[in-house]
Amino acid sequence: MEIDTRKQEDSKNQRTIANSFYIAIKSFGTTLPMLLGVILLLGLFSVFVTSEMISSVFTGELLRDTVIGSLIGSISAGNPIISYIIGGELLKEQVSLFAVAAFIVAWVTVGVLQFPAEAAILGKRFATARNILGFILAIVVSIATVTTLTLMAIP
Amino acid sequence: MKEKRATKNGVKKKGEGYYYGLYFLGAVIGLYIVLYLLEPDSIQKALKASGNVLIQIVPVLFLILILMGVVNYCVKPKTVSKYVGEGSGIKGWFLAVSTGMLSHGPIYIWYPLLKDLRDQGMRSGLVAVFLYNRAIKIPLLPLMVYYFGTVFVVLLLIYMIIASIVEGKVIEMIERLNFSRL
Repeated sequence: MEIDTRKQEDSKNQRTIANSFYIAIKSFGTTLPMLLGVILLLGLFSVFVTSEMISSVFTGELLRDTVIGSLIGSISAGNPIISYIIGGELLKEQVSLFAVAAFIVAWVTVGVLQFPAEAAILGKRFATARNILGFILAIVVSIATVTTLTLMAIP
Repeated sequence: MKEKRATKNGVKKKGEGYYYGLYFLGAVIGLYIVLYLLEPDSIQKALKASGNVLIQIVPVLFLILILMGVVNYCVKPKTVSKYVGEGSGIKGWFLAVSTGMLSHGPIYIWYPLLKDLRDQGMRSGLVAVFLYNRAIKIPLLPLMVYYFGTVFVVLLLIYMIIASIVEGKVIEMIERLNFSRL
């Protein structure tokens, strides 16, 4: 009798674990077409947008370049290592540290390419607010970081 | 009654999201076909690059799938609301910042898990904080230091953590404003 009850409890637990994973797979499966679309877009981006194209848009004007840096970082995507390499190259080409900092922060905090997936899964309002705030905050973080760095350098 | 309605809406929303995803994927495939007619070599390279990204993220995808299963099984809405819900306080913000920093893989593969957690009571502000702090990749810090210097990196990280909390707070304010209108 006891064994039967235990067996019943075990099978109930097993069903619950199986159900939990079934729900997870189903939920993940729903988002799979969107994720595949984003991955394919990333492939197009890596081939058609080169680092030369990115560096050519900076003008030399500090504030405008910082906004451009945040804008280019927002529409760019990929491994953050690429943003560091491009950022390093931009510094060599005399692009300001404000612009480069905004570029590397926006690269990882704002995702225009991922926006359709984020809006579909987490909601349009959330995704829009998060990305717009990310764009603005990349500029703010860049100005705060470089200003503090400059102040610290003054003896 | 309420539960039934919520489930119905949930199913409807899931269906809509799936079809929206299919349309999006279809549009991207369409773009590939058009570009293939113009520049077949570049499209082959793009496909190869996408394939490489896919190979890189497969292990993380499995990890997230397992995490989602475990969360569905072990974590009850009560637990979620205790640690990252409305009453979680400073502990919730700290948890979102630290788990965001420790998470791996591209940002978009975390969306389904975060959606599940939010449906169970996670604060939207903490979802935003988690996503923002994913920008801080601890294994990549030495490379960042190599390019930009230690002081710059330390300052940037401090300001980024502050910015993530500001973003989370503002998103919650925006959501509250919209709720009060309803």
